[in-house]
Amino acid sequence: MRIVVLVKPVPDPGEERLGDDGRVDRSVTAVINGNDEYVLEAALKLVEAGGGEVTLLSMSPAGITDPVRKALAMGATRAVVVSDPALAGACSWSTTQVLAAALRTLEFDLVLAGADTSDGGGGIVAAGVATLLDLPYLSYARRIEPRDGGVRVERLSADGYDVLDASLPAVVVGTQLLGEPRYPSLRGIMGARSKEIAIRSLADLGCGDRPIGGAHATTALLGTRLPAPRGSGRVVRDQDPVAAASAIIDFLVERRAL
Amino acid sequence: MSGGIWVVGEADAAGALTKLSGEVATAARALGEAGGQEVTGVVVAADPDGAAASLATFLPAVLAVRAPEAADRPAAAVVAARIVALAAAAQQPPAYVVLGASPDGRDLAGILSVLLEIGVLVNATELAWGQATGSVPAGPRVEMQPFGGRVLTSSGFTGERGIILLRPNMVTAEPLAAPGSVEGRTPGDVVDLPPVRVVERVTTESAGASIEEARVIVAGGRGVGGPDGFTGLRELAGLLGGAVGATRAAVDAGWIPYASQIGQTGKTVKPAVYLAFGVSGAIQHKVGMHAAETIIAVNRDPDAPIGEFADLFVIADLAAVVPALAAALRARIG
Repeated sequence: MRIVVLVKPVPDPGEERLGDDGRVDRSVTAVINGNDEYVLEAALKLVEAGGGEVTLLSMSPAGITDPVRKALAMGATRAVVVSDPALAGACSWSTTQVLAAALRTLEFDLVLAGADTSDGGGGIVAAGVATLLDLPYLSYARRIEPRDGGVRVERLSADGYDVLDASLPAVVVGTQLLGEPRYPSLRGIMGARSKEIAIRSLADLGCGDRPIGGAHATTALLGTRLPAPRGSGRVVRDQDPVAAASAIIDFLVERRAL
Repeated sequence: MSGGIWVVGEADAAGALTKLSGEVATAARALGEAGGQEVTGVVVAADPDGAAASLATFLPAVLAVRAPEAADRPAAAVVAARIVALAAAAQQPPAYVVLGASPDGRDLAGILSVLLEIGVLVNATELAWGQATGSVPAGPRVEMQPFGGRVLTSSGFTGERGIILLRPNMVTAEPLAAPGSVEGRTPGDVVDLPPVRVVERVTTESAGASIEEARVIVAGGRGVGGPDGFTGLRELAGLLGGAVGATRAAVDAGWIPYASQIGQTGKTVKPAVYLAFGVSGAIQHKVGMHAAETIIAVNRDPDAPIGEFADLFVIADLAAVVPALAAALRARIG
């Protein structure tokens, strides 16, 4: 099976900050978005079991490739990174258009993406990509398996899961329930150095003339502020369990929660 | 000149309106009042009548759209196709569409963004109407709390159209004094999105106390030590009339089901009281619970990040505190 995994470089969680321009500061250490690692793991397992290859597709205005290299070290075959200065400040609508245009240049049976991203992304891009490409869309997967030339997905629901079937090619969004991602082996890391990372500009994708990118963003950041402090917390230490328990109960009463 | 605001109400598996939909309707109603926009509710389902009537308790006008295929198709594609058809048939397509940031709401927003060619602001925590500023016209101002709430941002749409996804538990649902009207609609020319078939709907968890709706949450993290540790937390939750939550570490370890996970890849909660045991307070968890009114943390590690934002930080071994607290609560209850 030929699988394309959408991977997003995000600032290391906990290190995120906004730059002076109000955009996410991409100069801090970037890692692959956590949920994307889960779907990459699922892709690698599918390929190990049934043959095929895994292509990573990523977008980075500044052409950051380090996180993609790490994902290659996990076992992906090659990577395509759409990089163009015009993409700085791109909104989710633009991102959707760009990823769909890039996918039109690739051959695949399955596109996988993570359920959402840690840098404030809302997990809406993959649904749009599937719609643009006119492909079946299956989301919030806890399990993905090939079946009768199609794909079967168990999709998380409010009280369990739904079993979904679709034909291929299809777009599937996965969750952490797909299983822990592997760590790259030393051999994987060495091998990744020579793997291909193809850089594509908007013009390469035939999007050069389209209203895509930061200059055409559908949304705009208007202001930022810091949250009001919660007020300094009270600390209880060096108490025996009974005293600690009554400190909690006193606090609950004080807050009118008991 | 404007097509107003549409609120898409979501029906659950039993056909009832979700709690989040009431919150979305309330927030959109206030937005419409502030911006002089008409607000219309839409419910698309195999049998939309119940959910539409519920949505009409929050909104003056609701359209109920029957979509028989919703029974065996994922909801987002079915709803998106009807919304697009309704928008095409309307005198004016909606200027703004407000949805709940549920899994189906996110899927729907992604599909609608492409089909209606409009932008999306995700994970809204607050909505207001703002005047034109710079190149941004008057319209909704959407507050978000990215990066675990370390910063609050306000955003708008660069055109007079957009989709907004509101996070759960950010608004208290307030019904109208008198319910609005419900009107059935059968839009023609429904686009056919590529088929995905629901083969089976499997129930694995009881529809017990939902952490998203609980007033009190007793949460456990890695420090709980194992599945047995959650037994004590369940007892505490029972005594406090609350629900049990967990961090991703505890879920990944298999100590408790994913449905209990709070945080970035889990649920967002805003209870009156959040009691955290053995929870370090990593950013991925904080993002899902920092809006709790009162945060009480019990942790052995005095340097745990949760100490920085807990209202009460008890530095102690939870293995001893949990039974002591349960005993004290039992004694109180009598």
